[in-house]
Amino acid sequence: MEGLSQGPRAEASFRLRLGDRRTFADRALTLIAIGLGVSALLPLFSVLYMLVVRGSPLLSLELLTELTPGAGMESGGIGNAILGTVVVVMLAAGMSLPLGLFAAIYLAEYGEDSGLSVVVRFAGKVLSGMPSILAGVFAYAIAVSALGSFSAFAGGVALAILIVPTVMLTAEEALRLVPSKMKQAALGMGATRAQMVTKVLIPTAMPGILTGVMLALSRAAGETAPLLLTALFSDYWFDGKLGEPIASLAVLIYNFSGSPFEYQVNLAWAASLVLVALVLLFNVLAQVVTRRPEEH
Amino acid sequence: MAQPATKQPVSGLSEASRRSPIARPPDAWQGAFERAFRWTACGLAAGVVLLLAGVVFEVVRRAGGSMGKLGFAFLTDSVWDANGDRFGILPSIVGTLYTSALALLIGGGLGVTTAIVLSQGFLPRRAELVMKNVIELLAAIPSVVYGLWGIYVLIPALRPIADLLHEKLGFLPLFSTKLSGPGILPASLVLSIMILPTVTAIAREGMVAVPRRLAAAAYGLGATRWEVIFRVILPTARGGIFGALVLGFGRALGETMALAMLVGNTNRFGWSLLSPGNTLSALLANHFPEAGEVEVGALMCAALVLLLITLAVNALGSLIMRRARRGLTGLG
Amino acid sequence: MTPQEVLSNTATIADHRRTRPATGEASRVAAAEWLVDCQIEKLHYGSFLAVRDAHVPIAGNQITAFIGPSGCGKSTVLRSLNRMNDFIPGFRLDGSVRFQGQDIYGPDVDPVAVRRSVGMVFQQPNPFAMSIYQNVAFGLKLNRFKGDYDERVETALRGAALWDEVKDKLSASGLSLSGGQQQRLCIARAIAVEPALLLMDEPCSALDPIATRRIEDLMLELKERYTIAIVTHNLQQAQRVADRTAFFYVDTSAGGRTGYLIEYRATGELFDDPREDRTKAYLRGEFS
Repeated sequence: MEGLSQGPRAEASFRLRLGDRRTFADRALTLIAIGLGVSALLPLFSVLYMLVVRGSPLLSLELLTELTPGAGMESGGIGNAILGTVVVVMLAAGMSLPLGLFAAIYLAEYGEDSGLSVVVRFAGKVLSGMPSILAGVFAYAIAVSALGSFSAFAGGVALAILIVPTVMLTAEEALRLVPSKMKQAALGMGATRAQMVTKVLIPTAMPGILTGVMLALSRAAGETAPLLLTALFSDYWFDGKLGEPIASLAVLIYNFSGSPFEYQVNLAWAASLVLVALVLLFNVLAQVVTRRPEEH
Repeated sequence: MAQPATKQPVSGLSEASRRSPIARPPDAWQGAFERAFRWTACGLAAGVVLLLAGVVFEVVRRAGGSMGKLGFAFLTDSVWDANGDRFGILPSIVGTLYTSALALLIGGGLGVTTAIVLSQGFLPRRAELVMKNVIELLAAIPSVVYGLWGIYVLIPALRPIADLLHEKLGFLPLFSTKLSGPGILPASLVLSIMILPTVTAIAREGMVAVPRRLAAAAYGLGATRWEVIFRVILPTARGGIFGALVLGFGRALGETMALAMLVGNTNRFGWSLLSPGNTLSALLANHFPEAGEVEVGALMCAALVLLLITLAVNALGSLIMRRARRGLTGLG
Repeated sequence: MTPQEVLSNTATIADHRRTRPATGEASRVAAAEWLVDCQIEKLHYGSFLAVRDAHVPIAGNQITAFIGPSGCGKSTVLRSLNRMNDFIPGFRLDGSVRFQGQDIYGPDVDPVAVRRSVGMVFQQPNPFAMSIYQNVAFGLKLNRFKGDYDERVETALRGAALWDEVKDKLSASGLSLSGGQQQRLCIARAIAVEPALLLMDEPCSALDPIATRRIEDLMLELKERYTIAIVTHNLQQAQRVADRTAFFYVDTSAGGRTGYLIEYRATGELFDDPREDRTKAYLRGEFS
């Protein structure tokens, strides 16, 4: 408005005037916004820094292969917790992947706009927004109460509930991204619908599906609250009995975080380092898989 | 080839088959596979619905069983005493809402600001994407690790600041107690870190969806960058931003571990940011592993309340998001 | 009468268009001789009448072109020949499409079986995201072919004039080829099962002129062994490759957009001496 009112002397007003209130406000806001944006990253760097500083001194073969120490002990590792996390996550994957993937196939290919697909998608969204501890509460109700004991199996059930919606929604999206011209090509050659899905649709969407699966599994590996109510913890190695409590990295970190013994606290940091490294590795892998050069 | 005689194509198209030595109709196995595959997909899709129904049903059933015994006092009592069989969750409900609201204030504000920085051309395109991925890494770190970090890094760092606040501003209810360790403030701060990626991602999506030509029109009228942001981008994307905040709030309500480790697990509510408190999720995590039968019933009731609150908030968020998307289609 | 004799008799062909096949004695005799006798009376999508009166029988070992302005239903008619329209909700066809005498819209016909005997090449090259070899072998596997795959794949790639360019990289992704090569790969994929009929839906619309020319040369070679029906928006292309050409037009009189057949004759005659005014106007480029 100022510029307009100055009319005849317009050329002069084109010059950038740093003292101008508008220019100053603009610059100041930019600085503040970028400052806030950077500060949002500080916690991440702080966490990563602490993990390295406090977690890495304990890194050794013993850490990865020995049993968790009892109170006051000055040696021991997190081997049983690593194995336990792997076991429970595998168990959960075995239960949830068929459910999530077939549901995604139904949504992307068979459901169209059927009533069932509307309900399924709604259920997926509700499940994915549900607090993870409620999955634990449910698994407690059906597996722990019924079988009379905290167990690896119950832990698997709890994590499976959390994996299903993520896998289903990401896999559906990946399947929908397959160009319809490819589906047409297969159908035009006389593929049955199931043949088209298994031979063209799924292989083409595989990178996207794998990304979703890896992200879901890595998130499940870090879940603690549902395991607290289901798998609990164990100071021993997993011996093939799914009906008994089992150790996990996540619960180990929680248990040892409040420990009065320095060594156990240090183990919690080391376990955090291992857990975060695993989770980030999965995340990076997932991104690499997606970016696999497929065309040209 | 065992084909039913009624299937005409076999006989009818045999002329064609004579020309094409390879083409032949689907055999019995392919037909069976087709049907089996369809029914498996359909059945397992229905299984996802049953899963949700199962969770809701089981929680409601268990909660219903003890709701009668506990009575209305359950919602208004503020004592949780397993030995005295007194179970009240009022402080936990208020604590859940209080910590989540604080997290929304801090994490939501930061998240929306970050979304602006990452969508309005402040950074080169590549830097924008790198930073977006880094922010997403924040969400990849397990909450129990944030809890650990909160205990050993955040709380010690907050202590001098908290002491100063209490000393100078102690007359305000917000700072009326001393920080004894765990408390509302550290819990809320960690919560805000945890909801930041959600808010940033969804809000950024909404801002990116604003058509370029709207901003171009404003620039053409001589607006500065921030005038464009405040008068064009934010109002146009307000639906998406609001939805992002509501969904972020929903995440904060259900988050468990950071709270179980940092909020103090004290069944008393005070306005002071520096006092310990409790939340529904932390209550569940802390009491479930050692609960007896009666207490489990009470915890199921707490779980039901948590379920209802998060369902309501998430439904609201989805509704807002859907409206926001529909609102933008006219502009597209 | 063999199809060749029928075709040599242009009067019969013209009559065929004008008289209803159900009543015209001459065309009924002829109909038995066509490889595909397409007699579409009405084709609906839900309540929308997309095509009417499309009587376009297709003779063996010839190239038949469908031309006309956009929206005239030429692609829809082509897709009726292998029941690809079945995937569109509400699709309904009145009339018949007889494939060597049998109505493929008959009550007990499995559309999947029809599609296996008819090859199709689409507007956009659409190779699968798998190796060149696997792309060509795809149809063989669908039909559970038990035999020498390598030989079949090579024959098909040679048939599609692609062998020399890809023989050293059969395991490369089909998507790594250029647009023109991709389209020839799709042709190889279609002819690997030696289909009785090859449908091509504007196969060159996404290609540059040089690639287009190669595909046209290829079609003329393929004619020796296959019967081809092609939809094209390129009049010169129809003139260059087609033995017979069907001209469709779109009728908007009833408020809808219904395609119908105007004229169907030997290509040379249709272009040199069109009988219908609409054909003349279209060929002069008065509308498109």
